[in-house]
Amino acid sequence: MQPFDYAAPPTLEEALQILSQASGLVRPIAGGTDLIAQIKERRIAPSLVLNVKEIAEANVLDYDPGQGLRIGAAVSCSDVASYAPVAAHYPSLAQACLLVGSTQIQNRGSVGGNVCNAAPSADTVPPLLTYDAVAVIAGPGGSRRVPLEDFFQGPGKTALQPQELLIEVLLPPPLPNSNSRYLRFIPREEMDIAVAGVGSMVAVDPQTNTCTRARIALASVAPTPIRAKEAERRLEGSPLTEEAIREAGELAASACSPISDIRGSAAYRKELVKVLTRRTLSQSLPR
Amino acid sequence: MKVPVRFSVNGDDRDLYIGAHKTLMEVLRDDLELTGTKEGCGNGNCGACTINLDGKAVNACLILGVEADGHEVQTIEGVSEDGTLHPLQQAFIEESALQCGFCTPGFIMSAKVFLEQNPSPSEQEIRTAIAGNLCRCTGYDKIVRAIQAAAKLA
Ligand SMILES: Cc1cc2nc3c(=O)[nH]c(=O)nc-3n(C[C@H](O)[C@H](O)[C@H](O)COP(=O)(O)OP(=O)(O)OC[C@H]3O[C@@H](n4cnc5c(N)ncnc54)[C@H](O)[C@@H]3O)c2cc1C
Ligand code: FES
Ligand code: FES
Repeated sequence: MQPFDYAAPPTLEEALQILSQASGLVRPIAGGTDLIAQIKERRIAPSLVLNVKEIAEANVLDYDPGQGLRIGAAVSCSDVASYAPVAAHYPSLAQACLLVGSTQIQNRGSVGGNVCNAAPSADTVPPLLTYDAVAVIAGPGGSRRVPLEDFFQGPGKTALQPQELLIEVLLPPPLPNSNSRYLRFIPREEMDIAVAGVGSMVAVDPQTNTCTRARIALASVAPTPIRAKEAERRLEGSPLTEEAIREAGELAASACSPISDIRGSAAYRKELVKVLTRRTLSQSLPR
Repeated sequence: MKVPVRFSVNGDDRDLYIGAHKTLMEVLRDDLELTGTKEGCGNGNCGACTINLDGKAVNACLILGVEADGHEVQTIEGVSEDGTLHPLQQAFIEESALQCGFCTPGFIMSAKVFLEQNPSPSEQEIRTAIAGNLCRCTGYDKIVRAIQAAAKLA
């Protein structure tokens, strides 16, 4: 790798100071599983690599029934997946974390890094979107909150300004009688980038058996991860019948704008979205 | 930029003065001459560089040496005890789970943590656990059998 400087500030204040005083390109490093690969491939040439793993706020992993889930920006996918409240209350997020690369990659790669890297294929993002996650961002002027839906601006492009850091991702408490599922399609069982991925979350009113909230989010089928809002609206207020689920699949497929590339054609990806939407919905009917 | 670091490698504290842009794999192989850790792909796909960092399997090719500061590293060189092979090393020999051997240290460093967490795994669990390790020679079946055998030995 070409040389760069390095800092591992122990506090958020010091990290922000380094960011605002730096003259060249500073890149934060959490797990480094995207960043180091990108530096090696010469796709990015930072003059300073800023380790965020020493910052206490970036290591928080906490669930509170009233507040929801806080995932510090540097917490690894393995730690998120094995945190019992995640499996219990945000099952699709645990499922997605266990799909990111290999055990080695999950042990190092963070959910925050997956979000900041902003790949359209990022596996943890559809589950986060279906739980209405919010990014907490710190910068020279204090901290601000950005709904994750507004965070992604294009492949590798986010709402983060050069002097800002992601601090944590917040997920509101799950609705009662809700459940979720994330599925992706890859040509083999492990270690590949999603041809398409779908996360679904539904909440049901047990009295009337109607859907009170539906969230469907898609990976690898648009320049950013996206929500399929028409499909969500088709379900909300209706019973989750086979027909409703089938129609939601059609609507999700029309919401996406995939490209054709080596992994699959646009038409194939739309078909995958249709099938995966149906499957994730059927598998996320509240238990 | 050179940075002073201190971390433990196979139980010994090491003080080093290393380039910030050097990967942990380069530091282990070039500075510490621990060449059991192999570089296959250099980008996280093959697992030949797998080591244990604070008791977790990670890819040394995607970690900076400076990031190891204050942490505990174990490599394949630290797995046997007083000349006695680790049950996994013994089982890899007995099951002929290697041909060229280039992938073997990585497989053992993955399997070691895995068996510590899951002492009697199913075949499918073993296959998932080693999904981040590639072998071009064996076809994997013998590796899976060696890990099963090591689970029984331990
Ligand atoms: C072999 C392999 C397989 C993979 N498989 C998958 C997969 O199946 N699915 C998937 O989604 N991804 C996959 N990835 C990509 C990667 O592992 C994930 O995106 C991972 O979650 C990234 O997290 P990280 O902590 O390593 O990020 P890093 O590499 O540390 O950072 C990623 C980016 O975010 C920036 N950044 C990091 N932290 C912050 C912060 N706090 N504030 C602002 N910016 C920040 C960095 O500067 C960098 O640009 C794979 C990678 C490899 C090498
Ligand atoms: S050399 Fe590190 S994963 Fe291949
Ligand atoms: S034994 Fe040759 S690569 Fe595995």
